[in-house]
Amino acid sequence: MSGRDVILGRIRRALGPEPDDAQDPHAGYESAVPRDYLREHGTRGEDATVDLLAENLADYRALVHRTDADGLAELLARLLAARGTRTVLVPPGLPRWWLATADATRVPDRAAHTARDLDRVDSVVTGCAVAVAETGTLVLDGSPDQGRRRITLVPDHHVCVVRVPDQVVASVPLALERLDPRRPLTWISGPSATSDIELDRVEGVHGPRTLEVVLVSGV
Amino acid sequence: MSGTFVGMPAFPEAARAAVGDATLRANLRHATHTIRDKRARAVAELDDWARLREAGKRIKDHTLRHLDRYLLRLEEAVTAAGGTVHWAADAAEANRIVTRLVQETGESEVVKVKSMATQEIGLNEALEAAGVRAYETDLAELIVQLGHDRPSHILVPAIHRNRGEIRDIFRAEMGRWGRPAPEGLTDTPAELAEAARLHLREKFLRARVGISGANFMVAETGTLVVVESEGNGRMCLTLPETLISVVGVEKVVPTWRDLEVFLQTLPRSSTAERMNPYTSTWTGTTDSDGPRAFHLVLLDNGRTDTLADEVGRQALRCIRCSACLNVCPVYERAGGHAYGSVYPGPIGAILSPQLRGTASAVDASLPYASSLCGACYEVCPVAIDIPEVLVHLRERVVEGGEVTRRGVRVRLRPAKGHAAERAAMRAARWVFGHPGALRAGQRLASRTRAVHPRTLPGPGRAWSATRDLPPVPAEPFRDWWRRTHGEGSGA
Ligand code: SF4
Repeated sequence: MSGRDVILGRIRRALGPEPDDAQDPHAGYESAVPRDYLREHGTRGEDATVDLLAENLADYRALVHRTDADGLAELLARLLAARGTRTVLVPPGLPRWWLATADATRVPDRAAHTARDLDRVDSVVTGCAVAVAETGTLVLDGSPDQGRRRITLVPDHHVCVVRVPDQVVASVPLALERLDPRRPLTWISGPSATSDIELDRVEGVHGPRTLEVVLVSGV
Repeated sequence: MSGTFVGMPAFPEAARAAVGDATLRANLRHATHTIRDKRARAVAELDDWARLREAGKRIKDHTLRHLDRYLLRLEEAVTAAGGTVHWAADAAEANRIVTRLVQETGESEVVKVKSMATQEIGLNEALEAAGVRAYETDLAELIVQLGHDRPSHILVPAIHRNRGEIRDIFRAEMGRWGRPAPEGLTDTPAELAEAARLHLREKFLRARVGISGANFMVAETGTLVVVESEGNGRMCLTLPETLISVVGVEKVVPTWRDLEVFLQTLPRSSTAERMNPYTSTWTGTTDSDGPRAFHLVLLDNGRTDTLADEVGRQALRCIRCSACLNVCPVYERAGGHAYGSVYPGPIGAILSPQLRGTASAVDASLPYASSLCGACYEVCPVAIDIPEVLVHLRERVVEGGEVTRRGVRVRLRPAKGHAAERAAMRAARWVFGHPGALRAGQRLASRTRAVHPRTLPGPGRAWSATRDLPPVPAEPFRDWWRRTHGEGSGA
């Protein structure tokens, strides 16, 4: 007998006779689980939600910047220059004008890149899919302005541009609603961190050690 | 190393050694107090916590009640998304499957994300025996692996080691596994983490096979979820060409929407953060983003036996947040190793004897490794009534009864001779020999539990019958703890 049959057989014997809604386990699901928890915690306007995002990102040691459409290219150029970035990874769908004034050499995100190639790049600039204010979280879903999952992982410096207020939601439930589970998702809350050594927090064990978030309005 | 814990002494003996180890106790105490204070603050931010907890409990209960159907649905969804599903009835079968999958890639090394399921089955040792080297990539797991040691905490497995010990381990061992520790390595956490970064990056960049567990699997969509902090998980999940995930059958949840409950309760219960630094979800394979081959190994290994026990079944709701460890007065003194399993603390005391049966001395004694104070139940984000299960298992050990082992109903005889009684009494004596643990337990119990057992079943009855529970103190446990244990115990 296959492992599959063994396990399914054991489960059926363990559970005994099937309950009434057995034809479709979902039939009883909605009533089995109370969904009376909150969709979001507190009520805020759009601006306050963006402020909360900025606050929670900063609390997790992301560096937060704010600008509008006119200031974006200049700000990105400045952030890259301040790090001494010579090469910057660019996802295929990142609007070209965002990096129009940056000096760094653009490295397009290509499938042929090996992990070692990516390890030699200084910075990466991406957009995001949605940002969660209550938790200070950015979610990337692999859309063209975000690129493959690994490009925001291997380089040591990640700059993520969030369009506010459109891409900001208050809470985790509201974020999940907007996301497509078929896409590979990466949720990022602050830079990589560990507390494994005597609970002292250290940033950047494996992922980027520096996470900069640009909240841009009017884009 | 994860080890199989064969021949572990029963809990009271193992705990006695740990209690005598001053460094271990100081480390544990600092860690558990720091995390639990922070956790209380993180939880207090959400005023619907009780409702989230209830929803989490009901989601898991419903899923367990229809587990076969949700697993089939999951299999269908994962397969449709380009993955391959394997079913493993026990540890040996899981290890065989994974070993074969690795061998088929032609590789002789793999990188691993921290995973309790793979520790539970002793996967690293099985791979080693087949000539495959498995590298742990979580910093704490690396410390444990390089130190030829065992994890002592679910969340912070190397919490029993302090920075000086970690530096010594890195200096002595890193070179034997790959890139040596940098010259002149000091014991500052930042330098130690940097040494680990350099050592492991070499492995990530050349890895072609990654092995992980998962925190959740969504039946509806076939999506797997890994929650982590360091990014080593993302490395293992996205850089290799082949990804193999070994996941207990109880980790399935019905719908995508269900994650809205657990992605709120897990980080706050576990690391006391609003959200952990990284969460990755993937559904099968995606063209040119991440592994080209994805295998999911669904693991039973005693879980369906646990499912067969209507009281004990609730242990399968566990989302491995480790909150119950951090509040347990017994764990705080005994340390994780005394539990003789990869699952330490209160959850370990109810999970291990169910997954493995109570034949061994350590498993028979685990249901006694508690003062039944109820703190674990109070913090559990899926409301597992750990004390209820402990009492139930004690009864089972002492009086025998029907249990399911490897899918077959068997009648367990009462523990032989006076073995159980001795185990109970030794555990009792241990607790009474450490008045702090008992006092803490009793005060908390009086505050938290309406259903706190008045007497213990079996041989425990003899002593509990002559003792009344203390009156309800005016002071809540946490205040009392802070007052009597002074400052400096929290962050
Ligand atoms: S039993 Fe509850 S508190 Fe303990 S690890 Fe599991 S989910 Fe967390």
